[in-house]
Amino acid sequence: MSKNMIISGLVIFVIAVLSPFWAQAVFGDKHVVPKPELVGKAATAKKCVLDKYDMRANHMSLLDEWRDSVVRDADRRYDAVNGHSFGMSLSTGEDSCLGCHEDKAKFCDSCHVYTSVNPYCWECHTNPKEIE
Amino acid sequence: MNQKYLIPLITVFVLFLAAYVGVEGAKLEWFFGIVVPYVSLIAFLVFFVLKVLGWAKSAVPFKIPTTCGQQKSLPWIKQNKIDNPDTTGGVVIRMLLEIFLFRSLFRNTKAAFARNDKNRLSYSWEIFLWVGALAFHYAFLTVLLRHMRFFMTPVPSCIKWLEWADGIVQLGLPGLFLSGVVLLAAALFLLARRLFDQKVNYISLASDYFPLFLIIAIAGTGIAMRYFTKVDIVGIKSFTMGLITLHPVPPEGVGGLFYAHVFLVSVLFAYFPASKLMHMGGIFLSPTRNMANDTRAQRHINPWNYDVDTHTYEHYEDHFRDKMIEAGLPVDKKE
Repeated sequence: MSKNMIISGLVIFVIAVLSPFWAQAVFGDKHVVPKPELVGKAATAKKCVLDKYDMRANHMSLLDEWRDSVVRDADRRYDAVNGHSFGMSLSTGEDSCLGCHEDKAKFCDSCHVYTSVNPYCWECHTNPKEIE
Repeated sequence: MNQKYLIPLITVFVLFLAAYVGVEGAKLEWFFGIVVPYVSLIAFLVFFVLKVLGWAKSAVPFKIPTTCGQQKSLPWIKQNKIDNPDTTGGVVIRMLLEIFLFRSLFRNTKAAFARNDKNRLSYSWEIFLWVGALAFHYAFLTVLLRHMRFFMTPVPSCIKWLEWADGIVQLGLPGLFLSGVVLLAAALFLLARRLFDQKVNYISLASDYFPLFLIIAIAGTGIAMRYFTKVDIVGIKSFTMGLITLHPVPPEGVGGLFYAHVFLVSVLFAYFPASKLMHMGGIFLSPTRNMANDTRAQRHINPWNYDVDTHTYEHYEDHFRDKMIEAGLPVDKKE
């Protein structure tokens, strides 16, 4: 292999390795960390199924357990550690997820889009606000 | 007990603990989260380039293509244009097949004595190294590309397609990524091969085991964070985006496991140019693969050739003409 080929290969390699740096600078949006907004009832409720950090890290596992509980055992109530009881539902009822966190785009989607998470919840469930 | 794998294993444990304790105990988030990744990336690039430039400087005295098919010959003999190319185009195809499909590994054979009275030595085709290596490399590539979601905002759609394909089994929540499972399984298979196959075990050194243990630990910590212990990935992405935009801020409450993962990846990157992992760059420079077998058509000049003082026959005759005529030897020129 000629030296020119090797050096051009190396240049391509270095550019590729550094691609996140320049691609973000050239094509990326300004980096803003999304904060899930608590609007409507959620802003004043001051109680949720799990505490804040646990909720951020574990909400998907909780929803998975809820699904099994509802579908297999018909158990639709969740007694949280903080003493409150919630409905095991994404969107049905006042004490479901979306019953309290009224704005799906601000509560669910902002972080999911940011981290490229595409939950398949919404392939079956609907956001009640979208139907109205 | 074998020090060739125990020392690398203990080293990886110590590295893991250093980052975990360093963050959880000594609160060195800025060191393990910011200093180490930047230093390791710079070291990776600089030493990688230096190593390849060093290789580029070395001379290629001969054309030494290894051939696995009929050379270009008489017109009625069919040439194998990929396995024995005489053109640059053929060489390019051979290199692409080598890089993307590990064709040399596909031809791997093993030697073994028959387990019967005859005890005959026989060679057989051994495909499992090729299967394991292919699974490992492609899973690692997928995992690496998937991680680009932490380094770009908005996430490019090609990365999203990759995530979709990787998570197509839709098992559990968060959804299972096949590449993570394949990566860990293939790395464990490649490790088991070195541990339990006596012939491979005999030629395995600490420098073979160390990257394997390191990659197994990286895959293990990654899988643990995603599926079991769980981490705040919004916090992590804000941190990685900080690294990319050169305004790094260590995330809060992400925990030692994340830093251990980042630290092990940093060690892998920094160690890369000094290790056998440099086959990533080296495969492009394998002289037995990247040269056309055209030695009979084109002369290959050895760059090490220096000007040799030659003594031609004309000079020789000029020198000894009188004596040759005297001895009755034939000469070209009488005078």
